[in-house]
Amino acid sequence: MSKPIIINIQDIGHRVIESIFRLGRASRFFLLLLLKSGMSLRRFDLVIRELYFTGVLSLIIILISGLFVGMVLGLQGYETLQKYGAESAIGALVALSLVRELGPVVAALLFASRAGSAITAEIGLMKTTEQLEAMGMMAVDPIARVVAPRFWAGVISMPFLAAIFSAVGVFGGYLVAVVLVGVDDGSFWSQMQSMVDFRYDIVNGIIKSCIFGVAVTAVAVFEGYDAVPTAQGVSGATTRTVVTSSLVILGLDFILTSFMFRGVS
Amino acid sequence: MLTDTLIEIKELSFSYGNRAILKGINLTVPRGKVVAIMGGSGCGKTTLLRLIGGSVTPSSGHVMLAGQAVHKLNRNDLFLMRRKISMLFQFGALFTDLSVFENVAFQIREHTNFPESIIRDLVLMKLHAVGLRGAHNLMPAELSGGMARRVALARSIALDPMLVMYDEPFTGLDPISLSVIGNLIRRLTDALGMTSILVTHDVQESLKIADYIYFISEGVIAAHGTPAEVRSSISPFVHQFVHGEENGPVPFHYPSGTYAGDLSLGNNFV
Repeated sequence: MSKPIIINIQDIGHRVIESIFRLGRASRFFLLLLLKSGMSLRRFDLVIRELYFTGVLSLIIILISGLFVGMVLGLQGYETLQKYGAESAIGALVALSLVRELGPVVAALLFASRAGSAITAEIGLMKTTEQLEAMGMMAVDPIARVVAPRFWAGVISMPFLAAIFSAVGVFGGYLVAVVLVGVDDGSFWSQMQSMVDFRYDIVNGIIKSCIFGVAVTAVAVFEGYDAVPTAQGVSGATTRTVVTSSLVILGLDFILTSFMFRGVS
Repeated sequence: MLTDTLIEIKELSFSYGNRAILKGINLTVPRGKVVAIMGGSGCGKTTLLRLIGGSVTPSSGHVMLAGQAVHKLNRNDLFLMRRKISMLFQFGALFTDLSVFENVAFQIREHTNFPESIIRDLVLMKLHAVGLRGAHNLMPAELSGGMARRVALARSIALDPMLVMYDEPFTGLDPISLSVIGNLIRRLTDALGMTSILVTHDVQESLKIADYIYFISEGVIAAHGTPAEVRSSISPFVHQFVHGEENGPVPFHYPSGTYAGDLSLGNNFV
């Protein structure tokens, strides 16, 4: 074999080993995070402070995106449904699409890019500027004091953001279908009410968004904590947070959907 | 003398992978004194502080802090020990999301159950000691480099530690701030009866405030003595360092092949 091929194979091997190491570090980190979450529960004000930064400040992007996604669903749904004379089912279509899929998934994607990246950058910069080490030297565990409150705030925010996204989306669909296009008001809501099942649709949607919340925030805090403490390292970590958590959300969504909605009409 | 020793370091070695940073350091730090550790950039001074604080484990040898071998402490005991020591980081490492007041209050809030009124008094007293009582409402981003370093100093003495380690406290400061920080270190050490270890490459300031100086070069103690002994030292290393000379035992050039060879002027190109 020629030398470049061997070097390439070594390079691939090196990357594989490095990824496995990283996965190991991530698992260990996640376990430590859970073990050290006691302080976050005892001092819930720490979590509330982070809820403001991750949850409340994400509201604008969630509200606006939810409204537009709902409006587009209303338009596209109407286009298709009216061909079959079923435009009265538009309410059900918008609501089901939102609570089952688009609400949890799009809200999580937006959350990853808005709050996840901010969490990674903040923790990464705290590491770069020796704030985490300084905290450790003050006998305060940075995982318990800095990482865990951010993690739990993200986990708590996510289902609420997804629910708000879906609710605003339904309103967007209503604006387009009823106010703009002229679908009957009563059939819009009654179809929605009869077609959307609380247990299958809404609860499953909430479960999804909870799982996405854990995934996105876990990726974000790990990337920040594991970032190489340089400007380049933090920027790389922030990018990886958005890319990895988006892919994880989409992958998990497929798996969860295939379990949750099997054989349900 | 022995009973007055706070830190005793014996044959301490440390490596990052295959790169040896410290190769058998021996030094003692007496209680209540300011000890400066000097040496060129990257000679392992900061690593030495990390070894004393227990952030890293030595390859061999040990650090005895108040009679305890630091690297043998378990996590709980290490954290208990760290409550009695503190460290001032090179650029202050203030928590950027907390105000000056909250930065100084941080450790008090974390480790005690003092009522708010006592925390307030303690924090204002510490800030007063560094001359920044009036700045307690500012955020770290609003402070100059010198002020940030003073806030970090106030934070590091918040719980009246027995030992404060300063990692390059003078870096990037104007002459006035530099002198202020230097004097504060000396005054606080004397007033609070604590011990200070100063890692720095600022020769003049260290000679002014330190009681004893160690020089590290190539991972070992190259020289040591009181400021008076250092000033009159005939050691070539100390002389080069104190006078900032380009050539001497510390070479200007990083080890390399021959210059002509590297420029492909000869046959021995590498």
